[in-house]
Amino acid sequence: MTFLGWLTIFLFVSLLTVVALPLGSYMAAVYTGERTILDPVFRVPERWLYKVMRVNPEQGQDWKQYAKSLIIFSLVGWLMLYFILRSQTLWDFTGLNPMHYHSAPWNVTFNTTSSFMTNTNWQYYGGETTMSYFSQMAGLTVQNWLSAGVGIVVAVALVRGIVSRSGQSIGNFWQDMIRTILYVLAPLSIVYALVLVFQGSIQNFSSYLTVHGITGISQTLAMGPVASQEAIKLLGTNGGGFFNTNSAHPFENPTGFTNFLEMLSVLIIPGALVFMYGKMAGNRRQGYAIYTTMMIMFLGAVIVAYIAEAHGSPAQHAAGLHTGVISGSTGGNMEGKEQRFGIAGSALFDVITTVTSCGAVNSAIESFTGIGGAVPFANLSASEVIFGGVGTGLYSILMYVILAVFLGGLMVGRTPEYLGKKIEGREIKLVSLAILITPLTALFCTAVATASRSARALSISANAKGGPQGFSETFYSYLSQANNNGSAFAGYTGFIQPNSGNLGSHGITLADLLGGFDMVFARYAPILFALAVAGALAGKRISPAGLGTMRTDNPTFVVLLIGVIILVGALTFFPALLLGPIVQGLTTHLYN
Amino acid sequence: MKRDLITSAIGIVVLTLLFGIVYPLFITGVSQVAFPGNANGQQVYVGGKLVGSKIIGQNFADLVYKNGKVEMSDGEPVTTPDPHYFQTRPSGTVPADNDAATEFENYGPNSVVTKAALEANIAAYIALDKAPNGTPYYPGGLTAAKVPVDAADTSASGVDPEISIANADIQAYRIAAVRRLSLSTVHQLISKYTLGRGLGFSGEPGVDVLEINLALNRLSPSTS
Repeated sequence: MTFLGWLTIFLFVSLLTVVALPLGSYMAAVYTGERTILDPVFRVPERWLYKVMRVNPEQGQDWKQYAKSLIIFSLVGWLMLYFILRSQTLWDFTGLNPMHYHSAPWNVTFNTTSSFMTNTNWQYYGGETTMSYFSQMAGLTVQNWLSAGVGIVVAVALVRGIVSRSGQSIGNFWQDMIRTILYVLAPLSIVYALVLVFQGSIQNFSSYLTVHGITGISQTLAMGPVASQEAIKLLGTNGGGFFNTNSAHPFENPTGFTNFLEMLSVLIIPGALVFMYGKMAGNRRQGYAIYTTMMIMFLGAVIVAYIAEAHGSPAQHAAGLHTGVISGSTGGNMEGKEQRFGIAGSALFDVITTVTSCGAVNSAIESFTGIGGAVPFANLSASEVIFGGVGTGLYSILMYVILAVFLGGLMVGRTPEYLGKKIEGREIKLVSLAILITPLTALFCTAVATASRSARALSISANAKGGPQGFSETFYSYLSQANNNGSAFAGYTGFIQPNSGNLGSHGITLADLLGGFDMVFARYAPILFALAVAGALAGKRISPAGLGTMRTDNPTFVVLLIGVIILVGALTFFPALLLGPIVQGLTTHLYN
Repeated sequence: MKRDLITSAIGIVVLTLLFGIVYPLFITGVSQVAFPGNANGQQVYVGGKLVGSKIIGQNFADLVYKNGKVEMSDGEPVTTPDPHYFQTRPSGTVPADNDAATEFENYGPNSVVTKAALEANIAAYIALDKAPNGTPYYPGGLTAAKVPVDAADTSASGVDPEISIANADIQAYRIAAVRRLSLSTVHQLISKYTLGRGLGFSGEPGVDVLEINLALNRLSPSTS
């Protein structure tokens, strides 16, 4: 551990808060229809889109109509993406398939399509060996925008349901979607993509280049429109890399500066949404309380991960390496990490990407130490409530807030109320379902995969992992897909990295299909329950706060909320976690 | 239902055009005008030949010849590290440092396989430090505990362009000896081609291996 490492973490947290606060106010203006500074730019395209798409933005939707529009829009998007990916060679006339890659087989494409539609971006393919530039742009990048939009609008709709004073309407899905893309994602993404190129990311349509090295060894340089996809991949907490090694690849993440920027860009929208919520609720302290809750859990994870990684791994020590700080090297577990990011920049990135639904990685999570690797597990077990995905984080933690209010109400013996609205049986049933569906799906899929010969972690390469590592791989795979995260203990089988020049990727059908189901079900079921909660709360009268009303904007509530999150997460996942990462963290034993 | 379907279909097509075609084209256009070097991958040419990208690591090794032909193993040429050049970090990507199929090595922290791989990398690093007569270039010789972690651990991308300063300082003894340069000359090159931290604090400094090797060739072109 170094002073600069801790300083990076401190500066990151400070800067995030400073940037997220004004962005939150801006987003509140976007969703309440107030004038924003970008109105002069986007007003015209916004109206044009309403006209072309035949949308009447004035028309409010109740939760069922809102959900129907959302589901149909997602379904059509799924079909479009599946079509583009499966017909890859059909688009060769655009000149955007310089390597003449054929489509991946149907099972891999099913998984990939479900993955990008659900904001997961789990990848059973290697980008630079499978996808044409056209598929990356018109297919995958587009879903990066749309799936981020879907997450955000659900959060906005839920907030409207909580704060609305009358009626059934929770907004208009089409209006929310278009305004999200134009007013929030587009300006950030365009500026950010250009900054990335300025710092060294690539953005071109050339064929792959052949290098003749100075010692006579040749090398192939993959090219492509990387920065444009990288920007929205991080801002939208998508995480699907242009290249197989994702944000570890120097063309995606060239410097220590871009690494810092990439980490920031993942969390600014999830952070801003929390502040937006406080503003829309008419009480900024509600937002601050939730932000504090998230930040405490986030910092806990970062500190543990950084200390664990700086310590080094049992395998390193067994091989005789010295893992302490020496002059000119920070030491630590550099296995699967890049020199320019170092230990702190890798550990921090790892926590950021697993608390959100981003899943982009700048280091190999599988090569983290036992405890360092248990941190992403714990983050995923908290079900996207520590900042979480764009939108997903806010609506998920609001489910926990309502649950905490209910438990608090039971403790003091009063009818639970949240922001003046009574929390009753119907809401609690829906909230419980929303909270439990993700862990249940993850555990179910892990069980099926572990019980089947073909989907159990059987490593394809020579470094087959037995013991807890194999179980960790399998478990992490389905946990990550259920939480729509997409990061991986990437040794997990299911796809075989094709040799360069070998077109398409090969999949294991069960892993592809099970994963696809895992992602879609664990994404849309909670969305439906969250919208149903919005609908149930929208019509309720607001009663003024009295003396005995439990406050939800003070430190006591923050403690209660953290307790509920840890309790639910721990109770659901602890037995499974014990079998994998915790065993590895507790022992220096080396497994075959 | 029908209304939603029509709106969705039009919406997906229009948004695909806007954000799948127009947006990347726009970013490409601006990048190619404003930052053409970066946008095309910071290509480095020597004598009109593309020798690499400044930010992509590569393998500075020599092909092994057997009976006048390049020796092959599993369809890939067998190579041996060239002692005249700074060596990049170990890579999990096959063929070695192939940027067009990057891969994590995914070595687990508690694995016997990881230990064996690390031991092999350490042994190779120590072996490279030995002159043909067996004496080490590094004063006193290297042991496993003296090998910097980044020289034994594989990188994430498989094409890490940088090595730690500690790693470069150790290799400097070998480079100075085989190229007949003074140690201080090599150290000057190391500080010249060390890329600092982002914004002064983010990440770790590292030595750009391709750039320093090219500089070495300019300094003493006879070797290689």
